[in-house]
Amino acid sequence: MVSPLLVTGDGTLSYGAGSVTLPRADAREGAASKAADLQGSFSLADVSVAYGRDRVIEGVSMYIPPRAVTALIGPSGCGKSTLLRCLNRMNDELGNVHVGGTITLDGADIMGRAMDPVELRMRVGQVFQRPNPFPMTIWDNVAYGPRTQGIRKRSELDELVEESLKGAALWAEVKNNLKKHAFELSGGQQQRLCIARALATKPEVILMDEPASALDPISTQQIEDTIAQLKDSVTIVIVTHNMQQAARISDQTAFMLRESLDEPAHLVEMDETRKMFTNPDDARTESYITGRFG
Amino acid sequence: MSRSSRTRKARTAEATAKVVTGAIALSVVAVAIFVFVYIVYNGIGALDWTFFSEGPRDRGREGGILPIIVGTLYLIGATAGLTLPIGVLAGVYLAEYAPRNFTTRAIRLAITNMAGVPSIVYGLFGLAAFVLLAGFGRSIIAAALTLTCMTLPVVITATEEALRQIPQDLRQASLALGATRLRTIYKVVLPAAAPGIITGAILGLARAAGETAPILFTGAVFQMRRLPDGPSSQFMALPYHIYAQVTSVPGWNRELIWGTALVLVLGVSIVSVMAAWWRSVQRRKVKW
Ligand SMILES: Nc1ncnc2c1ncn2[C@@H]1O[C@H](COP(=O)(O)OP(=O)(O)OP(=O)(O)O)[C@@H](O)[C@H]1O
Ligand SMILES: [Mg+2]
Repeated sequence: MVSPLLVTGDGTLSYGAGSVTLPRADAREGAASKAADLQGSFSLADVSVAYGRDRVIEGVSMYIPPRAVTALIGPSGCGKSTLLRCLNRMNDELGNVHVGGTITLDGADIMGRAMDPVELRMRVGQVFQRPNPFPMTIWDNVAYGPRTQGIRKRSELDELVEESLKGAALWAEVKNNLKKHAFELSGGQQQRLCIARALATKPEVILMDEPASALDPISTQQIEDTIAQLKDSVTIVIVTHNMQQAARISDQTAFMLRESLDEPAHLVEMDETRKMFTNPDDARTESYITGRFG
Repeated sequence: MSRSSRTRKARTAEATAKVVTGAIALSVVAVAIFVFVYIVYNGIGALDWTFFSEGPRDRGREGGILPIIVGTLYLIGATAGLTLPIGVLAGVYLAEYAPRNFTTRAIRLAITNMAGVPSIVYGLFGLAAFVLLAGFGRSIIAAALTLTCMTLPVVITATEEALRQIPQDLRQASLALGATRLRTIYKVVLPAAAPGIITGAILGLARAAGETAPILFTGAVFQMRRLPDGPSSQFMALPYHIYAQVTSVPGWNRELIWGTALVLVLGVSIVSVMAAWWRSVQRRKVKW
């Protein structure tokens, strides 16, 4: 079921009026401008993933509201990364992966032939666990996405680079060194560069797979601050193993669990983060969050 | 046995290993240096303006080697022009696109075996396939195609290896930004792999420049009055010139031949050193 998630709590405060309606209502008259403002919502219905014969996820249905942070938590191997990769169809690149069910982005089916994965990925960016800047200058890294989209004008690219680096809270540190090689940055700076690089294509959503797990506490703090600053303009879906982090930065939390290796993982519970961490409905959620397993 | 005597023993073994491996490495280097010094010592006297600016006279006993240098440059230029695009594309296919199946394994095995075929066999093949069957006659193009067959396995393998060194993360990052596979390869993966590819290419081409057997039947000649004037022209070449002088010119000029050998060795060394230098500059910039 999808709808209960939408109306729990005072959703109007955390992610705006748009969240109480399904994204298909985008075209609703009179609210067109507001709807345009609130792009970047996903609806998943009965999503399943199998790697060859290995059924990894089954029956996941959820609504990911726009302009909010949604955290995916669960023990290692429960398919968080796999689910995340469904949202930008990066699973397509692995081969022998079968994804079932329906996933829509702002009402449009993203798994059908009508959706070009290349176009989808410009709207749904990704930040990986290990910082992975390209072996080029800072400027070239950020300009890579826009250039892929066909933007050639230098002034336009310059503007996008500045804007994206500001969005990722890195501008102040690198504005005099845009021609520096990206590998000369620290790990935390590299990860913020990767966020900037993802922002440069003006995505509606950014997926982050444990973006701070390879970083020191101060860099982690900076990434978290960046996320907090970004969520007004993009939807963020983040996978994290750090419960405090999920509690600090997310508006919604989804808890996934694979009860045994023979059966696929499923979504145990999804709710407002505050509720998930103080008063979850499911006993398994509570024991995971309080660190009793996983 | 007490702990301290065990560590002492381990330390002795370690020291012995260091000395033995070091001595062997040093002796290899010593041989290489000896060969180089010997060639320089014997050949340096020949290197003057005439040597580089004139053709051979008196069947090669006098004069210079200009047409021979030019012939080798043309030949290797043509070989590089053929080998690099084919070799790099084939390497890209194997590393980035080839499915993991029997056919791919068979292709890889064939390439490995191609690298082990003796060069005289390539010479015969070139004569049959390019000179006679394809009708190129004895020419630069026939010889270059023959050398291409010989060099391709080296370049393909080097390209494939270099591409495999590039972390998967980088490809993912590019794909996740909406780049196609093709764009990912030529904007991110190939530039990052360029140092390795270029090393392999230079190794292969250096070997090709020094080969006599593959060009023996396919276009190299003993004497030419003019410089080669196109791909279907015959040519003179450094290794073949040395071979022909020593085997068929009575009273060959020792100094000129060592000089010719020195030019070949210097040419190859200069290119290799330049490539190594360029690579170290790249490497300082790029680490993973
Ligand atoms: N490329 C792949 N091919 C085959 N199986 C895979 C692949 N990627 C993941 N799996 C399997 O799918 C299951 C879920 O993996 P996934 O990486 O999505 O888990 P996760 O929740 O992200 O774990 P972690 O917290 O350790 O990152 C695991 O059992 C894993 O073995
Ligand atoms: Mg994971």
